[in-house]
Amino acid sequence: MYKAIVMGASYGGLEALKIILPQFPAGFPVPVIVVLHIGDHDNEIFLGYMNELCPLQVKEAEGNEPIRKGFIYFAPPNYHLLIEADFTFSLTTDEKHNYSRPSIDVLFESAAWAYTRNLIGVVLTGANSDGALGLKTIKDYGGMTMIQSPCSALSPAMPRAALKIALPEFRLKLDRIAEKLIEIVNSDR
Amino acid sequence: MGINMLSSITQLQDRILRDRAFFNGLLDDLSINVTEMFRDPEFYKSLREKIIPKLRTYAYFKIWQAGCSTGEEVYSIAILLKEEGLLDRCQVYATDFNRKVLEIAKEGVYQKSEIEQFERNYELSGGKYKLSDYYKSRYGSVIFNRELSSKIVFADHNLVTDKVFADVNLILCRNVLIYFEKSLQENVIGLFYDSLVPSGILCLGTKESIKFSRYEHLFDVVDEKQKIYKKKIM
Repeated sequence: MYKAIVMGASYGGLEALKIILPQFPAGFPVPVIVVLHIGDHDNEIFLGYMNELCPLQVKEAEGNEPIRKGFIYFAPPNYHLLIEADFTFSLTTDEKHNYSRPSIDVLFESAAWAYTRNLIGVVLTGANSDGALGLKTIKDYGGMTMIQSPCSALSPAMPRAALKIALPEFRLKLDRIAEKLIEIVNSDR
Repeated sequence: MGINMLSSITQLQDRILRDRAFFNGLLDDLSINVTEMFRDPEFYKSLREKIIPKLRTYAYFKIWQAGCSTGEEVYSIAILLKEEGLLDRCQVYATDFNRKVLEIAKEGVYQKSEIEQFERNYELSGGKYKLSDYYKSRYGSVIFNRELSSKIVFADHNLVTDKVFADVNLILCRNVLIYFEKSLQENVIGLFYDSLVPSGILCLGTKESIKFSRYEHLFDVVDEKQKIYKKKIM
């Protein structure tokens, strides 16, 4: 049974997330955990805005916080976000990975170790290759993998890298992603 | 493990248990030592505006940079104090449990490649001059002026196992607690509480907080966002 969705987005990600995240209905049975590359800037205004749009509660992930359904969590800017074996968050200021902090690979890899096959990983639009190795790790641990189809992405490089390295189960247009995730999660209950 | 020609975890365990030098080396390798000068410029701005005026009221004061790593942040503080004309009035303790990084911190030598980011942070933090006024460049490295470190004592201190060593007016411990679990965080905040003079200031990292800790009601909030707290006078 799927217990969490992890999502990574970079260039163009803001627009993509604005389309995907509001589609998850209240009572959606799994938490959604997101890394979005937005530089070192404070994302308070952006999170407030997303909270207005989404039926689920949107918040920044905090260190030692237990991960709960009903929430969409965002990694804080300039910290890596990891998931611990007891399904709590931890934050680190370790080196940047793929020139990024937070890094999608770091979240995905730690999520795969914690949730093993009960995890769904999604790589969205972006101009680098962060998330590709992480998505492969999710697949290796038996989780479900998905990318935004490169041709529908504002910046195709990131989903393309993930496609090449992880060979994900699903390759979907932006407007089909939320629908499919809801279907997968519900059919599994 | 490859470096030490160990082929199994069992062999590693054996070395850890019997070889003190090996154990210390491993401990150093496992610690996280990524930092930068004026990391989170907004924090340094707040420190300059809200805390420096308080320190100015003391004839002499002590600062503790806990978990100083390779020293970037403690040199940042020294620069700030220098610009505010307070460097001569203070004693700074910079501590870490990792002796390797303490050596680097003492040297005050950093890669030239990092300086660009440091300069940017310095400007955003409200720096009064140019960062290059404080260092000399040489062969791809920069070395910070000796004057800055003249008031800093670098010392080995472990936040988990060591105790209070001085009464201080300001503690900076940023992005250290995020690596600790709740009960350990609680112990360390207690250690800070005991080390601060009444009205002493505690600065944590942007994603760290004394909220929900049993010490919460013993501090006043000076800057909620930058995580600056003041110990209450009991």
